[in-house]
Amino acid sequence: MPTQTLPAPGAADGTRRRRRAPRAWLGTLPLLVFAGLCFGLPVGALLYGAVTHKEPGRATSLTGENITTTLQGPYLNSLAGSVELSALTALVGTVLGMLIAQAVVTSRGGALRESVLTASGVLANFGGIPLAFAFVATLGISGVVTQLVHLDSLGWNLYSFTGLSVIYLYFLVPLMVLISVPALDGLRPQWREAAQNAGATDGQFWRHVGLPVLAPTLLGGFVLLFGSAFAAYATAAALVGGSVPLVTLKIADALSGNVQVGQENVALALSLDMIVIAGLVMAVYLPLQRRSTRWLH
Amino acid sequence: MTRLRVRPHGRLIAAVALSTAALTALTACGAKSDTADATTAGGVKAGAATSVADFGSMDDLVAAAEKEGTLNTIALPPDWANYGEIIKAFEAKYKIKIKNETPDAASADEINAVKSRKGQDRAPDVVDLGVPFNQSGAAEGLFAPYKVASYDKIPAEQKDAQARWYNDYGGYISIGCDASRIKVCPTTFADLLKPEYKGKVALNGNPNKSGSAFGGVYAAALANGGSFTDIQPGIDFFGKLKKNGNFIPVESTPATVEKGETPISIDWDYLNASYAGEFKSKGLDWKVSVPTDGVYAQYYSQAINKDAPHPAAARLWMEYLYSAEGQNLWLKGFARPVLLPSMTADGTVDKTLVANLPQVAGTPTFPKSADLDAVKAVLAKNWDKAVS
Repeated sequence: MPTQTLPAPGAADGTRRRRRAPRAWLGTLPLLVFAGLCFGLPVGALLYGAVTHKEPGRATSLTGENITTTLQGPYLNSLAGSVELSALTALVGTVLGMLIAQAVVTSRGGALRESVLTASGVLANFGGIPLAFAFVATLGISGVVTQLVHLDSLGWNLYSFTGLSVIYLYFLVPLMVLISVPALDGLRPQWREAAQNAGATDGQFWRHVGLPVLAPTLLGGFVLLFGSAFAAYATAAALVGGSVPLVTLKIADALSGNVQVGQENVALALSLDMIVIAGLVMAVYLPLQRRSTRWLH
Repeated sequence: MTRLRVRPHGRLIAAVALSTAALTALTACGAKSDTADATTAGGVKAGAATSVADFGSMDDLVAAAEKEGTLNTIALPPDWANYGEIIKAFEAKYKIKIKNETPDAASADEINAVKSRKGQDRAPDVVDLGVPFNQSGAAEGLFAPYKVASYDKIPAEQKDAQARWYNDYGGYISIGCDASRIKVCPTTFADLLKPEYKGKVALNGNPNKSGSAFGGVYAAALANGGSFTDIQPGIDFFGKLKKNGNFIPVESTPATVEKGETPISIDWDYLNASYAGEFKSKGLDWKVSVPTDGVYAQYYSQAINKDAPHPAAARLWMEYLYSAEGQNLWLKGFARPVLLPSMTADGTVDKTLVANLPQVAGTPTFPKSADLDAVKAVLAKNWDKAVS
């Protein structure tokens, strides 16, 4: 829709507004249809599959069994494992990414900034099986670095929770750098000067000005990192198999394998659990973000 | 003003028309061609034929299949049980092109493809399935009953009485070992616990997903006082291996073996044996032994999609696989074809190929379907706990 047909916010001309509203709504119809088809249908199918049960030769019946199954035993463990890994790596990633971004922003050399940003852009998209094998080649049991520094005698094991966390950070930290640099750029030097003129220490500046301004970015970054780690699959699948319980791996086991039969609906129920967890994270994030952005405008 | 008011409507209509057109295009594609319903010389529809006799003769079957000209297969990896050569040999013998979709797909994906592409031209015609899936697929009525010429020679416990599926080839759980990296190769499950194998023992995947890894745990159970109904000792065995640091959760593949990441790999003997030849050229001494304390064999099975878009070609493929030629090709890939006993008896087996197989004493026995269901539930529940 051309912007000139939309009424300006707070327009006084009430009659015109009322006349145009239905047409404006109609204009979004294709978008709504598209969203309904591409997001609504899969979610609907997922929800339907998660609460139904079908045995060959019998009618489909409604059941809560799939969801109950996912909240017990190894499935619950895998949900907890995924949340734990994602929360930990997102937290570490947010802090490290922010610190690196701050270092880059305050550095004088333009070359450093350019190279770090370019590298971050590449590394943030480096994931999946190539990443897993890059790590196997460097830090695996017979990896170059492992052999060189005798990491194995220090208790290093790539195929563990710790190993997986390190790999996840490899793409989460660059992602956070990309997110935080623009926000840090927006932190105007004048504010700092003003604070210093008013007698504030560095610590006071960050506590009362810097961090509150950055809070939405930090929170948003954390949520994005959490989501990235929570949904990651291929790297973990190539690396740890079943030895670190993760919900995405469990879904794959149930959905496409040579061993377990008829677990598809449990996989759908697990996906539903994932949506709920992502929803809960958003539910915490949104009000906090609204609160911290309110005074910025 | 009028023009201004008309334009948004025009755009809206265009957008709606465009999305409708896109939707129609999406739903209209991939309808099944008419040739599938052609009647054979024997007066039976190809899709309903239950033996060569229904086509008239073998020549009639070949003619009907060549008329279809295509065979859709799925999940046949070229480096698995010699499938690459089998596909080439079939294409060379008949005027039929094989479209082999996603070679690395799992049995569950095959069943999904059969279900979701019902009535479409690109549905798989034949499937090669892991044991639990042939039974569930048959129960869901997905497969066409068809008796290949040699059906009666297949041992009774390796086929469906209604001929909806029957085993095709299989093998034993074996221990592959890189003799250039490991001084003394393990030959039993008990050996694997030795401290010298620290950080060296791998499975081909997660036993909740991979059939061969599942077989590995089952064999370990048999080696440690378990039975076909009791897989827990196998899970405990791998828990012990994990605890003393011998077990690594890396999914072993030829690539990880070559790199030295998984110098000891528990896998089907036909895969390990075929890797041996491949590795020799790369200077790797890959030794294969079937562990004497945990002998476990499992076969895959073959079935025809009931709604196969190329029903005659599907049936010709089955006849080819269960002919002496097809069975010997599997044997060439170190897999044990289901007709091996009868072919040994009537002399059609290639004896040099049999001599190449890893040595195993005795005849294999198989768990019952109900046993499998029960142990899989135990595995799903306890595996993570044991190895994480």
